[in-house]
Amino acid sequence: MALQSLDITRRSATTTPSPSQRKTQEVVKLIDVSKCIGCKACQAACMEWNDTRDKIGTNHGVLDNPMDLTANSWTVMRYSEVETGRGLEWLIRKDGCMHCADPGCLKACPAPGAIVQYSNGIVDFQEENCIGCGYCITGCPFNIPRLSGKDGKVYKCTLCSDRVAVGLEPACAKTCPTGAIVFGTKDDMIHHAEGRVADLKSRGFAEAGIYDPLGVGGTHVMYVLQHADKPGIYHGLPKDPSVSAMVTLWKGAVKPIASFALAAGVFGAFFHYVTKGPNEVSEEIEKEFKDEK
Amino acid sequence: MQVTRRQFFKVCAAGIGTSSIAALGFSTDALADVREFKLTRSTETRNTCPYCSVSCGLVMYSMGDKAKNAESSIFHIEGDPDHPVNRGTLCPKGAALVDFIHSPDRLRHPEYRAPGSREWKRISWDEAFEKVARLMKDDRDKNFMAKNGEGATVNRWLTTGFLAASASSNESGYITHKVVRSTGILVFDNQARV
Repeated sequence: MALQSLDITRRSATTTPSPSQRKTQEVVKLIDVSKCIGCKACQAACMEWNDTRDKIGTNHGVLDNPMDLTANSWTVMRYSEVETGRGLEWLIRKDGCMHCADPGCLKACPAPGAIVQYSNGIVDFQEENCIGCGYCITGCPFNIPRLSGKDGKVYKCTLCSDRVAVGLEPACAKTCPTGAIVFGTKDDMIHHAEGRVADLKSRGFAEAGIYDPLGVGGTHVMYVLQHADKPGIYHGLPKDPSVSAMVTLWKGAVKPIASFALAAGVFGAFFHYVTKGPNEVSEEIEKEFKDEK
Repeated sequence: MQVTRRQFFKVCAAGIGTSSIAALGFSTDALADVREFKLTRSTETRNTCPYCSVSCGLVMYSMGDKAKNAESSIFHIEGDPDHPVNRGTLCPKGAALVDFIHSPDRLRHPEYRAPGSREWKRISWDEAFEKVARLMKDDRDKNFMAKNGEGATVNRWLTTGFLAASASSNESGYITHKVVRSTGILVFDNQARV
């Protein structure tokens, strides 16, 4: 394990424990929605670094382009025109993977090692191991992963794990001309966000706050929102996201029981074979069967 | 194919058995690795963004170590963190510069479209320089104004303008200024706001 961020704390569909002795610095990308001008430099830098290119789309009469996340566009700007107490506001949110501390995608994934979580908090997809079932899409409380029609594998933001692994910031954070995206340790980013929230409050945004939802154990992509009491106005950012109860149930409690039931079934069949032997059909029944034909 | 009841049960049992065994965890190790860092040992070259007059600093990463037999090709560009103008940041146009370099629509050689013609014709650099010099000289000979109406020496050439590159350094800007002003041109922008 040459690089620190390769210390893996969790792997999908794996029962053996991951080496968990080492603890690296937890990293966070902080997106200050109040500073974002929606220039999409992050979108361009993301594609440039990750060597993905989306096909040229069509104009839908709004600035959103592309209209949704794709297997090639791992981050998109969401533009919302909202009437608030302050009049008409244009809220621009950079959408993408939130890198949850308790990732629904990883819990839902049935392919061993297709989704991993590094000890620095990054949740990364290992496309080589992906079987393209799409369970991660169902498991994600933020609706982020996208299935590629080209190779049948699922893609999403990696938080530039390849850059972070060698001590660099993600491409989007580096390029952001207004400094709306910043990157650092979780402690530093919370400190930075608190400063921004205080500033926004002094400018009359009484409900300004940090978006770091506890329902998914906190996230490694956090937002500073002007209206933190209503995250829904930022293009449907969930107020209280959590991993679906079905995912928790099926991949949690039910899984060992089901495995046990399967093993018991096999063992029972074997035991039955040894004690009772194969089911011999008497010649009379065989004859009856033939006559019926 | 005729499948007897017995064969059908055998196939079913074998299928359930193997999938159950697989579910018990006899799969291969889950190996994980971040994507290989793609800039290791690539050649770094500093430059200035060619788009607007803000002139952000760039670091361009190219394939090969400039060895004689290695043809360089730029494959990644990001902001120069040491540049005082942008300190590593880039706008969406700057962040997508690598596609601008490799664009199939990029102008690669001088082209000429004759007045009234609809077609662009490829010409050599020599031809292009000669043509521009000829046009400039003819226009200057015709319209150069040595003195104004009051007889004061002005040495103006007002019928031609000049746009210089946005990526000029102070020094190249100074030289551009000297060359252009020496011809009498007044209308020029040394840092084209394009």
